[in-house]
Amino acid sequence: MDPVQSLVKGLADKYGRTRESLLPVMQGVVQQEKYLSEYSMVEIAREMDIPASDVYGTATFYSFLETQPAGKFIIRVCKTITCAMKGKNQILFSIQDMLKIKVGETTPDNRFTLLETNCLGWCHKAPAMLINDEVYTDLTPEKIREILSGYIKKSI
Amino acid sequence: MTDYKMHLLICGGTGCKAAESDEIKKSLKNWIDELGLEDDVQVVFTGCFGFCEKGPIVKVMPDNTFYVNVKPDDAEEIVKEHLLKGRPVQRLLYTDPVSKKAISDSKGMNFYKKQLRIALRNCGFINPESIDEYISRDGYMALGKCLGELTPDETIKEIKDSGLRGRGGGGFPTGLKWEITRNVESDEKYVVCNADEGDPGAFMDRSILEGDPHSVIEAMAICGYCIGAENGLVYIRAEYPLAIERLKIALNQAREYGLLGEDILGTGFNFEIDIRLGAGAFVCGEETALIHSMEGLRGEPTFKPPFPSVSGYLGKPTNVNNVETFANIPVILNKGASWFSKIGTEKSKGTKVFALAGKINNVGLIEVPMGTTLREVIYDIGGGIKDGKGFKSVQTGGPSGGCLTKDFLDTPIDYDNLIKAGSMMGSGGMIVMDEDDCMVSIAKFYLEFTLEESCGKCSPCRIGNKRLHEILENITNGNGKEEDLERLKLLSNVIKDTSLCGLGQSSPNPVLSTILNFEDEYLAHVNEGKCPAGQCKALLKYEIIEDLCTGCTLCFRNCPVGAITGERRQPHYIDQSLCIKCGVCYEKCKFNAIRLS
Repeated sequence: MDPVQSLVKGLADKYGRTRESLLPVMQGVVQQEKYLSEYSMVEIAREMDIPASDVYGTATFYSFLETQPAGKFIIRVCKTITCAMKGKNQILFSIQDMLKIKVGETTPDNRFTLLETNCLGWCHKAPAMLINDEVYTDLTPEKIREILSGYIKKSI
Repeated sequence: MTDYKMHLLICGGTGCKAAESDEIKKSLKNWIDELGLEDDVQVVFTGCFGFCEKGPIVKVMPDNTFYVNVKPDDAEEIVKEHLLKGRPVQRLLYTDPVSKKAISDSKGMNFYKKQLRIALRNCGFINPESIDEYISRDGYMALGKCLGELTPDETIKEIKDSGLRGRGGGGFPTGLKWEITRNVESDEKYVVCNADEGDPGAFMDRSILEGDPHSVIEAMAICGYCIGAENGLVYIRAEYPLAIERLKIALNQAREYGLLGEDILGTGFNFEIDIRLGAGAFVCGEETALIHSMEGLRGEPTFKPPFPSVSGYLGKPTNVNNVETFANIPVILNKGASWFSKIGTEKSKGTKVFALAGKINNVGLIEVPMGTTLREVIYDIGGGIKDGKGFKSVQTGGPSGGCLTKDFLDTPIDYDNLIKAGSMMGSGGMIVMDEDDCMVSIAKFYLEFTLEESCGKCSPCRIGNKRLHEILENITNGNGKEEDLERLKLLSNVIKDTSLCGLGQSSPNPVLSTILNFEDEYLAHVNEGKCPAGQCKALLKYEIIEDLCTGCTLCFRNCPVGAITGERRQPHYIDQSLCIKCGVCYEKCKFNAIRLS
């Protein structure tokens, strides 16, 4: 059994093999692999006895279930109204400038993926972003440089 | 909390945590240990105080001293001066923006004076990771009372009498919903807590789960007892990692204490709660979509009826309530329906939590009795508009709501008044806009949000909103025509009338309400090619005023696209073909040498 197969099997053992368990299983794969590859979706379908097209259809509905390869750190910049009013664009520019990638892209070394997302619920501390599970608020271009430098060091 | 003479409460909400409250706690502890006060003073993390604008916040109990903008280096002074000598540190106290006086007791702050905290009663007072602290503030008393003294019908009657209505936006009477679910015959039923808060500008559910998760757990168990369910599910957004963590801790503690699981408090009542994580889909806040998502399907809504109360999760009767609604339940049962129903207006009882954001001085969470006016919320509690600018509008109800003008400032806020005014309560987000905000762009923003979050199932929402957005895009690009306004109104009404779920039915509200209240702004865009607020980038450009430019190169160095050229100490120029109009140069220039025209 390859790593993806055993991961899927382990998750299905934990959450069950009924349709209600599909989301938790997919979330478990994303947590480990960072995204759902075609291969892992087919494996989930096989393990849970659900049509692969259904697995794909469900996965693509949810923005937190990535179906494109993603980096080790997924940066999600909030683009909703208060963050936009408070300078989200400048934040995006400084991230793009520093990592040399555009929104939706991953750095060639597979460390960072840059995405936009809808309201993170930090409207009173806008602009905000998530890096994996960490929330960063009251962002400024200077703060971005500091935060990203930390991550760059961390991932070496 | 009786063993210690003093308590230092440090805000452990994510906002303050991001602003180093961990460091502050460590530093305070070090000084307390160093001075041998560890047996007298306890340092604890609490949930959000709501006054995030001035975080991190440290509160000293019992004297209620409220320190704002605390830095780790301030710990020494707080411990030595305040704890040891009993002298509050003046420079860290909150200064009233009007009277310029330092206020030591938080009860004296306007921000707290007009508030009445029911759903947020424990947020900022207890350590959310300690069930004992929740219990010490009457926690789980209501559950004990229901299981021991009240029948399910009596409990439901109490909730009905209180007049509590759903706080997630719909405003459906909670007691009635419970009664309907109770009366459906079924071998299995479910209690679902909707924590898929996604309205732009709303963050109260996150704060309640981060600050007082046990109140939700207790209320869900009570609901289970009333409707005859043994299983509860909390559907929470994946965007809220801290809330998820705190909820997990709370669930484990409740299980350990026998307040969840089998034979709760020896009464034979079984109840268990599981967490289901959302995966980034706004429409899942709609209850049928939420249920489908929990079933492992695409989170698309389905037609009601059947309502979830009759046929919900896995086809079983399911009672779905929002986090804030649940947080009210234990208080109602402890203090009685008659106490609760005295608060608020005739048809909207109790309090409502609002999330203040945007161009307002005190951003953060507030809770006020229903019937408080917008003016009280924005000026007295919110401290007025930022930088002394003029108030233009307040957006309530998120993408389903509308923008209210200053004419509505004295309208008492409740479910019905807001609908009458062309907006809605929604989950309680309030985004305040000043004279610099363009209302056409605001409407476009909300539509962008709806477009992306529309599940695509029904065509009025999927295609109609796309067309609405295109028309608005044209207007903000300077290509709009006057007849576009009529077309916007017509199309909006069709979308409202024909969409399948609440998302589509309310998605044109921001467009309609801005046309209604700010028609002149739309007309300025289409007839004169002008954006009165100076926000629509296509209608303006940045220029450097030669006479004022000192050639400091600050704009040159900060321009993200290299559109600015010029020699040091010589006036600089902006290449309009490269300029992306991000406004960085405008903000950075120290000599006001950049103008918008």
